[in-house]
Amino acid sequence: MTLSVVFDNLGRFGHGMWVTVELTLLGFALAFVIGIVVAACRVSPVPPLRLAGTLYVEVFRNIPLIVLFVLFFFGFPKLGIRYSPFVSSVIVLSVYTGAFVGETVRAGINTVAKGQAEAARSIGLTFTQLLRIVVLPQALRSVVAPLGNLFIALVKNSSIAYTISVVELTGVADRLTTETAKPIAVFSGAFVAYLILTIPSGYVLGIVERRVAFKR
Amino acid sequence: MKMRTWKAIGTVMALSVLLAACGSSSKKVNASPSTTAVAGPPAFPAGSAMDAIQKKGKLVVGTKFDQPLFGLKNPTTGKVEGFDVEIANLIAKGIFGNDITGKVDFVEAVSKNREPFIQNGTVDIVVATYTINATRKQVVDFAGPYFIAHQDIMVKKGDTSIKSVTDLNGKKVCSVQGSTSLDNLKAKAPTADTSITFDVYSKCAEALTDGRVQAVTTDNVILGGLVAAEKDKYQLVNAPFTDEPYGIGLKKGANDLRTFINDRLDAIYKDGSWKKAFESTVSAGGLATPTPPPVDRY
Repeated sequence: MTLSVVFDNLGRFGHGMWVTVELTLLGFALAFVIGIVVAACRVSPVPPLRLAGTLYVEVFRNIPLIVLFVLFFFGFPKLGIRYSPFVSSVIVLSVYTGAFVGETVRAGINTVAKGQAEAARSIGLTFTQLLRIVVLPQALRSVVAPLGNLFIALVKNSSIAYTISVVELTGVADRLTTETAKPIAVFSGAFVAYLILTIPSGYVLGIVERRVAFKR
Repeated sequence: MKMRTWKAIGTVMALSVLLAACGSSSKKVNASPSTTAVAGPPAFPAGSAMDAIQKKGKLVVGTKFDQPLFGLKNPTTGKVEGFDVEIANLIAKGIFGNDITGKVDFVEAVSKNREPFIQNGTVDIVVATYTINATRKQVVDFAGPYFIAHQDIMVKKGDTSIKSVTDLNGKKVCSVQGSTSLDNLKAKAPTADTSITFDVYSKCAEALTDGRVQAVTTDNVILGGLVAAEKDKYQLVNAPFTDEPYGIGLKKGANDLRTFINDRLDAIYKDGSWKKAFESTVSAGGLATPTPPPVDRY
Protein backbone atom coordinates (compact mmCIF):
# COMPACT_ATOMS: atom_id res chain seq x y z
CA MET A 1 0.00 0.00 0.00
CA THR A 2 1.40 3.32 -1.01
CA LEU A 3 0.60 6.42 0.96
CA SER A 4 1.95 8.76 -1.72
CA VAL A 5 -1.61 9.50 -2.80
CA VAL A 6 -2.10 11.19 0.60
CA PHE A 7 1.09 13.24 0.40
CA ASP A 8 0.32 14.28 -3.16
CA ASN A 9 -3.01 15.69 -2.01
CA LEU A 10 -2.12 17.34 1.30
CA GLY A 11 -3.66 20.62 0.10
CA ARG A 12 -7.03 19.01 -0.46
CA PHE A 13 -6.88 17.18 2.86
CA GLY A 14 -6.04 20.53 4.49
CA HIS A 15 -9.02 22.16 2.83
CA GLY A 16 -11.29 19.34 3.94
CA MET A 17 -9.99 19.64 7.50
CA TRP A 18 -10.69 23.37 7.42
CA VAL A 19 -14.30 22.81 6.35
CA THR A 20 -14.66 20.24 9.15
CA VAL A 21 -13.28 22.80 11.62
CA GLU A 22 -15.70 25.47 10.35
CA LEU A 23 -18.67 23.13 10.64
CA THR A 24 -17.62 22.07 14.14
CA LEU A 25 -16.90 25.53 15.55
CA LEU A 26 -20.00 27.20 14.10
CA GLY A 27 -22.13 24.18 14.94
CA PHE A 28 -20.89 24.00 18.52
CA ALA A 29 -21.28 27.74 19.15
CA LEU A 30 -24.92 27.55 18.03
CA ALA A 31 -25.50 24.25 19.83
CA PHE A 32 -24.17 25.80 23.03
CA VAL A 33 -26.66 28.67 22.82
CA ILE A 34 -29.50 26.26 21.99
CA GLY A 35 -28.42 23.96 24.83
CA ILE A 36 -28.45 26.73 27.44
CA VAL A 37 -31.91 27.85 26.34
CA VAL A 38 -33.21 24.27 26.34
CA ALA A 39 -31.74 23.56 29.78
CA ALA A 40 -33.20 26.80 31.13
CA CYS A 41 -36.59 25.79 29.77
CA ARG A 42 -36.36 22.36 31.33
CA VAL A 43 -35.68 23.74 34.83
CA SER A 44 -37.97 26.74 34.46
CA PRO A 45 -40.92 27.20 36.81
CA VAL A 46 -43.26 27.71 33.80
CA PRO A 47 -44.88 24.36 32.76
CA PRO A 48 -45.30 25.13 29.01
CA LEU A 49 -41.60 26.04 28.81
CA ARG A 50 -40.67 22.82 30.60
CA LEU A 51 -42.81 20.87 28.14
CA ALA A 52 -41.24 22.65 25.16
CA GLY A 53 -37.75 21.89 26.45
CA THR A 54 -38.58 18.23 27.01
CA LEU A 55 -40.16 17.90 23.56
CA TYR A 56 -37.12 19.46 21.92
CA VAL A 57 -34.73 17.08 23.64
CA GLU A 58 -36.85 14.00 23.00
CA VAL A 59 -37.28 14.78 19.31
CA PHE A 60 -33.74 15.71 18.37
CA ARG A 61 -31.92 13.33 20.67
CA ASN A 62 -33.81 10.33 19.38
CA ILE A 63 -33.55 10.79 15.61
CA PRO A 64 -30.42 9.69 13.72
CA LEU A 65 -28.50 12.66 12.41
CA ILE A 66 -28.62 11.52 8.81
CA VAL A 67 -32.42 11.44 8.92
CA LEU A 68 -32.46 15.05 10.11
CA PHE A 69 -30.03 16.00 7.33
CA VAL A 70 -32.12 14.47 4.57
CA LEU A 71 -35.42 15.84 5.91
CA PHE A 72 -34.05 19.34 6.36
CA PHE A 73 -32.19 19.52 3.08
CA PHE A 74 -34.77 17.86 0.84
CA GLY A 75 -37.97 18.36 2.83
CA PHE A 76 -37.85 22.04 3.83
CA PRO A 77 -37.45 23.36 0.26
CA LYS A 78 -40.98 22.02 -0.34
CA LEU A 79 -42.11 24.48 2.36
CA GLY A 80 -40.16 27.28 0.73
CA ILE A 81 -37.23 27.15 3.17
CA ARG A 82 -33.96 26.64 1.32
CA TYR A 83 -30.41 27.07 2.52
CA SER A 84 -27.07 26.22 0.91
CA PRO A 85 -25.60 22.82 1.82
CA PHE A 86 -23.08 24.41 4.21
CA VAL A 87 -25.62 26.55 6.07
CA SER A 88 -28.05 23.63 6.20
CA SER A 89 -25.33 21.48 7.73
CA VAL A 90 -24.49 24.03 10.42
CA ILE A 91 -28.19 24.34 11.30
CA VAL A 92 -28.83 20.59 11.47
CA LEU A 93 -25.62 19.84 13.39
CA SER A 94 -26.34 22.55 15.96
CA VAL A 95 -30.01 21.63 16.37
CA TYR A 96 -29.01 18.00 16.96
CA THR A 97 -26.05 18.68 19.23
CA GLY A 98 -28.10 21.35 21.05
CA ALA A 99 -30.37 18.63 22.46
CA PHE A 100 -27.37 16.85 23.98
CA VAL A 101 -25.81 20.08 25.26
CA GLY A 102 -29.17 20.90 26.85
CA GLU A 103 -29.27 17.62 28.75
CA THR A 104 -25.64 17.98 29.79
CA VAL A 105 -26.17 21.51 31.09
CA ARG A 106 -29.30 20.41 32.91
CA ALA A 107 -27.27 17.70 34.64
CA GLY A 108 -24.81 20.43 35.63
CA ILE A 109 -27.61 22.61 36.99
CA ASN A 110 -28.78 19.69 39.14
CA THR A 111 -25.36 19.56 40.80
CA VAL A 112 -25.81 23.08 42.17
CA ALA A 113 -27.23 22.89 45.67
CA LYS A 114 -30.91 23.81 45.87
CA GLY A 115 -30.25 26.14 48.76
CA GLN A 116 -28.33 28.50 46.46
CA ALA A 117 -31.33 28.98 44.20
CA GLU A 118 -33.57 29.55 47.20
CA ALA A 119 -31.12 32.05 48.64
CA ALA A 120 -30.87 33.87 45.30
CA ARG A 121 -34.65 34.10 44.95
CA SER A 122 -34.96 35.32 48.54
CA ILE A 123 -32.68 38.28 47.85
CA GLY A 124 -34.95 39.23 44.94
CA LEU A 125 -33.19 37.86 41.81
CA THR A 126 -35.51 36.96 38.94
CA PHE A 127 -35.35 33.41 37.53
CA THR A 128 -33.19 34.56 34.59
CA GLN A 129 -30.83 36.46 36.88
CA LEU A 130 -30.62 33.48 39.20
CA LEU A 131 -29.62 31.21 36.29
CA ARG A 132 -27.19 33.67 34.76
CA ILE A 133 -25.44 34.90 37.89
CA VAL A 134 -25.65 32.06 40.37
CA VAL A 135 -26.46 28.68 38.87
CA LEU A 136 -25.01 28.51 35.33
CA PRO A 137 -21.43 29.56 36.18
CA GLN A 138 -21.25 26.74 38.68
CA ALA A 139 -23.21 24.28 36.54
CA LEU A 140 -20.99 24.73 33.48
CA ARG A 141 -17.80 24.14 35.44
CA SER A 142 -18.90 20.71 36.43
CA VAL A 143 -19.80 19.66 32.89
CA VAL A 144 -16.70 20.69 30.93
CA ALA A 145 -15.69 17.08 30.35
CA PRO A 146 -19.06 15.88 29.00
CA LEU A 147 -19.32 19.03 26.86
CA GLY A 148 -15.89 18.16 25.52
CA ASN A 149 -17.17 14.73 24.54
CA LEU A 150 -19.99 16.42 22.65
CA PHE A 151 -17.49 18.65 20.89
CA ILE A 152 -15.43 15.68 19.73
CA ALA A 153 -18.60 13.85 18.72
CA LEU A 154 -19.49 16.90 16.64
CA VAL A 155 -16.13 16.81 14.82
CA LYS A 156 -17.00 13.29 13.74
CA ASN A 157 -20.71 13.91 13.15
CA SER A 158 -19.86 16.75 10.78
CA SER A 159 -18.83 14.08 8.26
CA ILE A 160 -22.53 13.46 7.62
CA ALA A 161 -22.62 16.88 5.94
CA TYR A 162 -21.03 15.10 3.01
CA THR A 163 -24.35 13.39 2.32
CA ILE A 164 -25.72 16.80 1.33
CA SER A 165 -22.58 17.57 -0.67
CA VAL A 166 -20.46 19.61 1.74
CA VAL A 167 -16.95 18.46 0.89
CA GLU A 168 -15.39 18.24 4.33
CA LEU A 169 -12.67 15.80 5.38
CA THR A 170 -14.62 12.60 4.71
CA GLY A 171 -15.86 14.14 1.47
CA VAL A 172 -12.30 14.83 0.33
CA ALA A 173 -11.36 11.24 1.12
CA ASP A 174 -14.38 9.94 -0.76
CA ARG A 175 -13.63 12.03 -3.85
CA LEU A 176 -9.95 11.08 -3.81
CA THR A 177 -11.00 7.44 -3.61
CA THR A 178 -12.93 7.85 -6.83
CA GLU A 179 -10.05 9.55 -8.55
CA THR A 180 -7.28 7.21 -7.42
CA ALA A 181 -9.10 3.92 -6.74
CA LYS A 182 -6.98 3.58 -3.55
CA PRO A 183 -9.51 3.71 -0.69
CA ILE A 184 -7.27 2.20 1.99
CA ALA A 185 -4.46 4.72 1.53
CA VAL A 186 -6.89 7.64 1.22
CA PHE A 187 -8.96 6.71 4.27
CA SER A 188 -5.80 6.08 6.29
CA GLY A 189 -5.02 9.71 5.52
CA ALA A 190 -8.48 10.71 6.76
CA PHE A 191 -7.91 8.61 9.90
CA VAL A 192 -4.77 10.56 10.74
CA ALA A 193 -6.39 13.88 9.81
CA TYR A 194 -9.30 13.31 12.19
CA LEU A 195 -6.88 12.46 14.98
CA ILE A 196 -4.98 15.68 14.25
CA LEU A 197 -8.26 17.52 14.89
CA THR A 198 -9.65 15.55 17.81
CA ILE A 199 -6.61 14.76 19.97
CA PRO A 200 -5.57 18.41 20.41
CA SER A 201 -9.23 19.33 21.13
CA GLY A 202 -9.22 16.76 23.89
CA TYR A 203 -5.97 18.19 25.23
CA VAL A 204 -7.27 21.78 25.20
CA LEU A 205 -10.44 20.65 26.94
CA GLY A 206 -8.35 19.02 29.65
CA ILE A 207 -6.60 22.34 30.27
CA VAL A 208 -9.92 24.21 30.37
CA GLU A 209 -11.30 21.65 32.78
CA ARG A 210 -8.38 22.08 35.18
CA ARG A 211 -8.55 25.90 34.92
CA VAL A 212 -12.22 26.18 35.78
CA ALA A 213 -12.35 23.37 38.32
CA PHE A 214 -13.49 24.19 41.82
CA LYS A 215 -10.53 24.60 44.09
CA ARG A 216 -11.15 21.94 46.67
CA MET B 1 -31.48 -32.23 36.65
CA LYS B 2 -27.95 -31.60 35.51
CA MET B 3 -27.67 -35.10 34.05
CA ARG B 4 -30.87 -34.58 32.13
CA THR B 5 -29.62 -31.32 30.62
CA TRP B 6 -26.45 -32.99 29.40
CA LYS B 7 -28.43 -35.85 27.95
CA ALA B 8 -30.65 -33.41 26.11
CA ILE B 9 -27.66 -31.56 24.68
CA GLY B 10 -26.14 -34.87 23.61
CA THR B 11 -29.32 -35.90 21.85
CA VAL B 12 -29.56 -32.58 20.02
CA MET B 13 -25.95 -32.86 18.88
CA ALA B 14 -26.41 -36.42 17.67
CA LEU B 15 -29.54 -35.41 15.81
CA SER B 16 -27.87 -32.49 14.12
CA VAL B 17 -24.99 -34.67 12.94
CA LEU B 18 -27.53 -37.08 11.50
CA LEU B 19 -29.43 -34.25 9.83
CA ALA B 20 -26.24 -32.83 8.36
CA ALA B 21 -25.36 -36.23 6.94
CA CYS B 22 -28.84 -36.53 5.45
CA GLY B 23 -28.55 -33.07 3.99
CA SER B 24 -25.32 -33.72 2.14
CA SER B 25 -26.39 -37.08 0.80
CA SER B 26 -29.71 -35.73 -0.50
CA LYS B 27 -27.86 -32.90 -2.24
CA LYS B 28 -25.72 -35.41 -4.11
CA VAL B 29 -28.82 -37.27 -5.20
CA ASN B 30 -30.33 -34.06 -6.53
CA ALA B 31 -27.23 -32.97 -8.36
CA SER B 32 -26.44 -36.04 -10.43
CA PRO B 33 -29.50 -36.25 -12.69
CA SER B 34 -29.47 -32.55 -13.57
CA THR B 35 -25.80 -32.55 -14.54
CA THR B 36 -26.35 -35.49 -16.85
CA ALA B 37 -29.44 -33.90 -18.40
CA VAL B 38 -27.68 -30.70 -19.49
CA ALA B 39 -24.17 -29.65 -20.47
CA GLY B 40 -21.80 -30.64 -17.68
CA PRO B 41 -18.94 -28.56 -16.33
CA PRO B 42 -15.94 -28.27 -18.66
CA ALA B 43 -12.49 -29.31 -17.50
CA PHE B 44 -9.91 -26.58 -16.81
CA PRO B 45 -6.15 -26.90 -16.49
CA ALA B 46 -5.21 -27.65 -12.88
CA GLY B 47 -4.12 -24.55 -10.98
CA SER B 48 -6.02 -22.11 -13.21
CA ALA B 49 -8.37 -19.55 -11.66
CA MET B 50 -11.35 -21.26 -13.30
CA ASP B 51 -10.29 -24.60 -11.86
CA ALA B 52 -10.05 -23.03 -8.41
CA ILE B 53 -13.55 -21.55 -8.72
CA GLN B 54 -14.95 -24.84 -9.98
CA LYS B 55 -13.37 -26.73 -7.07
CA LYS B 56 -14.67 -24.12 -4.60
CA GLY B 57 -18.12 -24.77 -6.07
CA LYS B 58 -19.04 -21.08 -6.06
CA LEU B 59 -18.48 -18.01 -8.19
CA VAL B 60 -18.61 -14.96 -5.91
CA VAL B 61 -19.74 -11.87 -7.81
CA GLY B 62 -19.71 -8.27 -6.63
CA THR B 63 -22.66 -6.42 -8.09
CA LYS B 64 -24.80 -3.40 -7.32
CA PHE B 65 -27.99 -3.98 -5.37
CA ASP B 66 -29.47 -0.55 -6.05
CA GLN B 67 -29.04 -0.04 -9.77
CA PRO B 68 -32.30 -0.38 -11.68
CA LEU B 69 -31.99 -2.46 -14.88
CA PHE B 70 -28.44 -3.67 -14.00
CA GLY B 71 -28.32 -4.97 -10.46
CA LEU B 72 -31.31 -4.37 -8.23
CA LYS B 73 -32.26 -6.43 -5.22
CA ASN B 74 -35.90 -7.38 -5.43
CA PRO B 75 -37.30 -6.63 -1.96
CA THR B 76 -39.98 -9.34 -2.18
CA THR B 77 -37.90 -12.25 -3.49
CA GLY B 78 -34.54 -11.14 -2.07
CA LYS B 79 -32.94 -11.95 -5.42
CA VAL B 80 -30.72 -9.56 -7.33
CA GLU B 81 -31.99 -8.86 -10.83
CA GLY B 82 -30.65 -7.08 -13.88
CA PHE B 83 -28.28 -7.17 -16.81
CA ASP B 84 -25.12 -7.44 -14.67
CA VAL B 85 -26.65 -10.41 -12.88
CA GLU B 86 -27.50 -12.11 -16.18
CA ILE B 87 -23.97 -11.57 -17.47
CA ALA B 88 -22.51 -13.03 -14.26
CA ASN B 89 -24.80 -16.06 -14.57
CA LEU B 90 -23.73 -16.58 -18.18
CA ILE B 91 -20.08 -16.51 -17.09
CA ALA B 92 -20.85 -18.98 -14.30
CA LYS B 93 -22.42 -21.34 -16.83
CA GLY B 94 -19.09 -21.40 -18.62
CA ILE B 95 -17.44 -22.65 -15.45
CA PHE B 96 -20.02 -24.97 -13.88
CA GLY B 97 -22.05 -26.05 -16.89
CA ASN B 98 -25.69 -25.12 -17.40
CA ASP B 99 -26.82 -25.97 -13.88
CA ILE B 100 -25.67 -23.09 -11.73
CA THR B 101 -28.33 -23.37 -9.01
CA GLY B 102 -26.74 -22.20 -5.77
CA LYS B 103 -23.37 -21.74 -7.41
CA VAL B 104 -23.36 -17.98 -7.88
CA ASP B 105 -23.12 -15.78 -4.80
CA PHE B 106 -23.93 -12.10 -5.25
CA VAL B 107 -22.26 -9.70 -2.84
CA GLU B 108 -23.27 -6.05 -2.77
CA ALA B 109 -20.58 -3.87 -4.29
CA VAL B 110 -20.84 -0.09 -4.21
CA SER B 111 -18.60 2.20 -6.25
CA LYS B 112 -16.19 2.65 -3.33
CA ASN B 113 -15.55 -0.97 -2.41
CA ARG B 114 -15.17 -2.55 -5.83
CA GLU B 115 -11.36 -2.40 -5.94
CA PRO B 116 -10.76 -3.60 -2.36
CA PHE B 117 -13.25 -6.46 -2.89
CA ILE B 118 -11.24 -7.65 -5.91
CA GLN B 119 -7.86 -7.14 -4.27
CA ASN B 120 -8.83 -8.91 -1.03
CA GLY B 121 -10.41 -11.83 -2.84
CA THR B 122 -13.79 -11.06 -1.23
CA VAL B 123 -15.22 -11.57 -4.73
CA ASP B 124 -13.95 -13.46 -7.78
CA ILE B 125 -15.27 -10.91 -10.24
CA VAL B 126 -17.10 -7.59 -10.17
CA VAL B 127 -19.96 -6.99 -12.61
CA ALA B 128 -21.35 -3.69 -11.37
CA THR B 129 -21.75 -0.99 -14.05
CA TYR B 130 -17.99 -0.77 -13.69
CA THR B 131 -16.49 1.65 -16.23
CA ILE B 132 -13.09 0.61 -17.55
CA ASN B 133 -10.56 3.42 -17.20
CA ALA B 134 -6.81 3.91 -16.91
CA THR B 135 -6.77 4.71 -13.17
CA ARG B 136 -8.71 1.58 -12.30
CA LYS B 137 -6.57 -0.52 -14.64
CA GLN B 138 -3.59 0.27 -12.43
CA VAL B 139 -5.13 -1.70 -9.55
CA VAL B 140 -7.43 -4.26 -11.19
CA ASP B 141 -7.80 -5.92 -14.59
CA PHE B 142 -10.88 -5.83 -16.79
CA ALA B 143 -12.47 -8.36 -19.09
CA GLY B 144 -14.96 -7.03 -21.61
CA PRO B 145 -16.42 -4.49 -22.17
CA TYR B 146 -19.81 -6.17 -22.31
CA PHE B 147 -21.78 -2.95 -22.71
CA ILE B 148 -21.11 0.65 -23.63
CA ALA B 149 -23.13 3.31 -21.88
CA HIS B 150 -22.94 7.00 -22.73
CA GLN B 151 -23.01 9.91 -20.34
CA ASP B 152 -26.05 12.06 -20.93
CA ILE B 153 -27.99 14.88 -19.28
CA MET B 154 -31.35 14.95 -17.49
CA VAL B 155 -33.30 18.18 -17.04
CA LYS B 156 -36.67 19.27 -15.74
CA LYS B 157 -39.54 18.46 -18.07
CA GLY B 158 -39.99 21.29 -20.56
CA ASP B 159 -36.53 22.83 -20.05
CA THR B 160 -35.21 23.62 -23.54
CA SER B 161 -32.24 25.77 -22.49
CA ILE B 162 -29.89 22.78 -22.30
CA LYS B 163 -29.34 21.00 -25.60
CA SER B 164 -25.78 19.70 -25.27
CA VAL B 165 -23.02 19.31 -22.74
CA THR B 166 -21.50 22.74 -23.53
CA ASP B 167 -24.76 24.36 -22.43
CA LEU B 168 -23.91 23.17 -18.91
CA ASN B 169 -21.13 25.77 -18.58
CA GLY B 170 -22.02 28.13 -15.75
CA LYS B 171 -24.97 25.96 -14.69
CA LYS B 172 -25.35 23.91 -11.53
CA VAL B 173 -25.07 20.23 -12.35
CA CYS B 174 -25.52 17.31 -9.99
CA SER B 175 -23.88 13.93 -10.08
CA VAL B 176 -22.99 11.20 -7.64
CA GLN B 177 -19.96 11.01 -5.37
CA GLY B 178 -17.66 8.19 -6.35
CA SER B 179 -18.55 8.13 -10.05
CA THR B 180 -16.49 9.22 -13.03
CA SER B 181 -19.32 11.36 -14.37
CA LEU B 182 -18.09 14.53 -12.69
CA ASP B 183 -14.63 14.31 -14.25
CA ASN B 184 -16.15 13.71 -17.67
CA LEU B 185 -18.39 16.73 -17.24
CA LYS B 186 -15.48 18.95 -16.15
CA ALA B 187 -13.58 17.95 -19.29
CA LYS B 188 -16.42 18.99 -21.60
CA ALA B 189 -17.93 21.90 -19.63
CA PRO B 190 -15.13 23.34 -17.47
CA THR B 191 -17.18 26.13 -15.88
CA ALA B 192 -20.11 23.94 -14.83
CA ASP B 193 -20.76 24.25 -11.08
CA THR B 194 -20.48 20.78 -9.58
CA SER B 195 -20.59 21.74 -5.92
CA ILE B 196 -23.76 19.69 -5.36
CA THR B 197 -23.12 15.94 -5.22
CA PHE B 198 -24.90 13.12 -3.40
CA ASP B 199 -24.53 9.45 -2.67
CA VAL B 200 -27.40 8.34 -4.91
CA TYR B 201 -28.96 9.66 -8.11
CA SER B 202 -32.44 9.83 -6.68
CA LYS B 203 -31.22 12.69 -4.45
CA CYS B 204 -29.85 14.48 -7.54
CA ALA B 205 -33.31 14.13 -9.08
CA GLU B 206 -34.83 15.63 -5.93
CA ALA B 207 -32.36 18.54 -6.10
CA LEU B 208 -33.40 19.05 -9.73
CA THR B 209 -37.05 19.25 -8.67
CA ASP B 210 -36.18 21.77 -5.96
CA GLY B 211 -34.23 23.93 -8.41
CA ARG B 212 -30.96 23.52 -6.52
CA VAL B 213 -29.43 22.28 -9.78
CA GLN B 214 -30.42 22.76 -13.41
CA ALA B 215 -29.28 19.36 -14.65
CA VAL B 216 -28.22 15.89 -13.61
CA THR B 217 -25.55 14.04 -15.54
CA THR B 218 -24.45 10.43 -15.60
CA ASP B 219 -24.74 7.30 -17.76
CA ASN B 220 -27.82 7.28 -19.97
CA VAL B 221 -29.00 3.90 -18.66
CA ILE B 222 -29.17 5.28 -15.12
CA LEU B 223 -30.90 8.52 -16.15
CA GLY B 224 -33.29 6.43 -18.26
CA GLY B 225 -34.37 4.61 -15.12
CA LEU B 226 -35.07 7.92 -13.33
CA VAL B 227 -36.99 9.41 -16.26
CA ALA B 228 -39.01 6.22 -16.69
CA ALA B 229 -40.07 6.44 -13.03
CA GLU B 230 -41.19 10.12 -13.23
CA LYS B 231 -42.02 10.92 -16.84
CA ASP B 232 -43.96 14.07 -15.99
CA LYS B 233 -41.09 15.61 -14.01
CA TYR B 234 -37.89 14.89 -15.91
CA GLN B 235 -36.64 14.41 -19.45
CA LEU B 236 -33.50 13.09 -21.07
CA VAL B 237 -31.63 15.63 -23.25
CA ASN B 238 -30.33 12.78 -25.44
CA ALA B 239 -26.98 14.40 -26.15
CA PRO B 240 -24.46 11.65 -25.26
CA PHE B 241 -20.92 12.97 -24.76
CA THR B 242 -18.81 10.04 -23.55
CA ASP B 243 -18.34 6.31 -24.00
CA GLU B 244 -18.53 4.35 -20.76
CA PRO B 245 -17.36 0.82 -21.44
CA TYR B 246 -18.65 -1.43 -18.65
CA GLY B 247 -16.11 -4.16 -17.90
CA ILE B 248 -15.82 -7.13 -15.60
CA GLY B 249 -13.32 -6.40 -12.87
CA LEU B 250 -10.95 -9.12 -11.71
CA LYS B 251 -7.69 -9.49 -9.83
CA LYS B 252 -4.71 -7.78 -11.46
CA GLY B 253 -2.63 -10.32 -13.34
CA ALA B 254 -5.30 -13.04 -13.42
CA ASN B 255 -4.74 -13.41 -17.16
CA ASP B 256 -6.22 -16.91 -17.44
CA LEU B 257 -9.51 -15.75 -15.93
CA ARG B 258 -9.53 -12.61 -18.09
CA THR B 259 -8.98 -14.58 -21.29
CA PHE B 260 -11.61 -17.10 -20.24
CA ILE B 261 -14.23 -14.40 -19.58
CA ASN B 262 -13.39 -12.62 -22.83
CA ASP B 263 -13.84 -15.90 -24.74
CA ARG B 264 -17.06 -16.48 -22.86
CA LEU B 265 -18.35 -13.01 -23.80
CA ASP B 266 -17.57 -13.67 -27.47
CA ALA B 267 -19.48 -16.94 -27.18
CA ILE B 268 -22.59 -15.36 -25.62
CA TYR B 269 -22.50 -12.56 -28.22
CA LYS B 270 -22.59 -15.24 -30.90
CA ASP B 271 -25.22 -17.59 -29.49
CA GLY B 272 -27.70 -14.80 -28.78
CA SER B 273 -27.77 -15.16 -25.01
CA TRP B 274 -26.24 -11.67 -24.56
CA LYS B 275 -29.11 -10.20 -26.61
CA LYS B 276 -31.63 -12.22 -24.65
CA ALA B 277 -30.15 -11.03 -21.35
CA PHE B 278 -30.24 -7.42 -22.52
CA GLU B 279 -33.81 -7.59 -23.72
CA SER B 280 -35.06 -9.22 -20.53
CA THR B 281 -33.53 -6.45 -18.38
CA VAL B 282 -32.26 -3.14 -19.82
CA SER B 283 -34.93 -2.93 -22.52
CA ALA B 284 -37.48 -2.19 -19.79
CA GLY B 285 -35.86 1.28 -19.55
CA GLY B 286 -36.80 1.99 -23.16
CA LEU B 287 -33.34 1.46 -24.67
CA ALA B 288 -32.98 -0.19 -28.08
CA THR B 289 -30.81 -3.32 -28.18
CA PRO B 290 -27.35 -2.30 -29.42
CA THR B 291 -24.81 -4.56 -31.07
CA PRO B 292 -22.51 -5.91 -28.37
CA PRO B 293 -19.19 -4.04 -28.10
CA PRO B 294 -16.01 -5.81 -29.27
CA VAL B 295 -14.05 -7.33 -26.40
CA ASP B 296 -10.82 -5.46 -25.65
CA ARG B 297 -8.01 -7.99 -25.17
CA TYR B 298 -5.38 -5.54 -24.00
